[in-house]
Amino acid sequence: MNAEQINLGSLQVAAATPEIIVGLMACLILVVALYIKEESSSGFSYVLSIATLLCTALVIALDFSTEPVSAFNGMFVDDPMADLLKIAICLITSGVMVYSRQYNIDRGIFQGEYYVLGLFGVAGMMVMASASHLLTIYLGLELMSLCLYAMIAFYRDDKLATESAMKYFVLGALASSILLYGMSLLYGLTGSLYLGEIRVALAGTEQDNVAVALAVVFIVVALGFKLGAVPFHMWVPDVYQGSPTSTTAYIGAAPKIAAFAITIRLLGGGLEELHGMWMQMLIILALLSVAIGNIIAIAQDNLKRMLAYSTISHMGFFLFGILAGTETGYSASLFYVLIYAVMSMAAFGIVLYLANSTEESDSLNDLKGLSKRQPWIAFLLLILMLSMAGIPPTVGFFAKLSVIQALVNAGLIWVAAVAVVLAVIGAYYYLRVIKLAYFDAPEKETEITAGPTMTAVLSVNVLLILAILPWVGSLIALCNQVIAKFVV
Amino acid sequence: MTPLSHYLVLGAILFGISVVGIFLNRKNVVILLMSIELMLLAVNMNFVAFSRYLDDTAGQVFVFFILTVAAAEAAIGLAILIVLFRSRRTINVEELDSLKG
Repeated sequence: MNAEQINLGSLQVAAATPEIIVGLMACLILVVALYIKEESSSGFSYVLSIATLLCTALVIALDFSTEPVSAFNGMFVDDPMADLLKIAICLITSGVMVYSRQYNIDRGIFQGEYYVLGLFGVAGMMVMASASHLLTIYLGLELMSLCLYAMIAFYRDDKLATESAMKYFVLGALASSILLYGMSLLYGLTGSLYLGEIRVALAGTEQDNVAVALAVVFIVVALGFKLGAVPFHMWVPDVYQGSPTSTTAYIGAAPKIAAFAITIRLLGGGLEELHGMWMQMLIILALLSVAIGNIIAIAQDNLKRMLAYSTISHMGFFLFGILAGTETGYSASLFYVLIYAVMSMAAFGIVLYLANSTEESDSLNDLKGLSKRQPWIAFLLLILMLSMAGIPPTVGFFAKLSVIQALVNAGLIWVAAVAVVLAVIGAYYYLRVIKLAYFDAPEKETEITAGPTMTAVLSVNVLLILAILPWVGSLIALCNQVIAKFVV
Repeated sequence: MTPLSHYLVLGAILFGISVVGIFLNRKNVVILLMSIELMLLAVNMNFVAFSRYLDDTAGQVFVFFILTVAAAEAAIGLAILIVLFRSRRTINVEELDSLKG
């Protein structure tokens, strides 16, 4: 080995500044929380975690890369797309932490560990956003997943939480192993672990090459598991329902953005030459997800479970953009997943808002007459559900519109037509929530323990869905721009 | 020298056994954890075989990382198992049915 290869300067460590900040702060909080008195320690970790996430977002925004920087001998890439995703991950997770504060206090799980695990999870997601090597993808994914398993099992007195942690653990580990198996085949076929080199090596592969097809199948199945696409969705409803809602909110938002990152880096980057191969598989996954997600959601009586099926259908929509395989498609997917993460965070924010120390209030019946009990929250719920259903003038409409446009442009008109029909079916259960909140008589009074900070953040979060409308065009332009610069 | 295909077949068989172990096992959660470990080892077999075949050390380095992560994963899995046993007094897979999925 020559001296150049182990020269620290050539590693470009500075490209990973955000990950380093988050990782170091997580270690610091972990240690310092031990030396601070029990009652005040959690307040300390809470404030410090949110401060860390906001500062990291600021650091990335101030140093927003215009050109991709490759670091750590090409294993890590800091491109505009990674920066955009990282900012979204940090902001969304800090919002989720604000929402979950009162819920965790009420249940006696307001402890430093929630925030430490949350920060390590964010570090994992950020690594996923910047990965340009199979090992980096795997390590980021595992760092995030291990934190998620622990965050669910964290509420250890609850039978449902421990059961869902076990289910998530087993299926998550299965998905990781399938991904690794696909990666090992890819490594054997191309002789490299770098996504860029894999892409070059796969150029000109025939579409009926069985070994390559096998590797692609393994990778697509694993991504399907991680995204929760049908038929690999069975963990999603159980995990969403069983986890403490504070953790569900965390799982439902930022990890979707990270999942987008690895999907685009693996499929749109390393395996782009095999588009014809994975497009067929993704069409099946996406159509099934939108259909089954939307139809089964109608039969749910638990709000968290309904939102889980709604996630499945949204993940199907997001895959539509990816499977188009064009730059417009990728950018539509990016736009969709960012908007979806903001909506999902707000939806669980409302579930968290309605929960108090004695009950969860996560049944759909608990929403009856919400407009009389909590007119402002009912109004926020109204906007949110309209946006999730994709009804104009909310931003959810533009997200769906851009994905469908990308499908039509890619010549997949029949897929686009089916997607629109299924989206209409999906509107039913979102509108039912509005009906329960506005037109049904209240069944009971529930005490609200959430504080003014949470109400303020939640209002900003939901109103953003409306307020962003004048800038939707520039946001889509930004997505196009970062996708155009995206390299593997 | 043993040809590459032998190692790959062994890897595939181990992987198959562990997948079957996860889906057929209805008795004990510990067996699920064992299957997961076996699955990762099957992948390691593939990586090492390819690494030797391609004469490229990157695959072997990957194996070290997989082993490390597998250890962390086993630690978390066993911790969840203990929490589960405490709250339910059973680790029977069939009895984990309070959630409908």
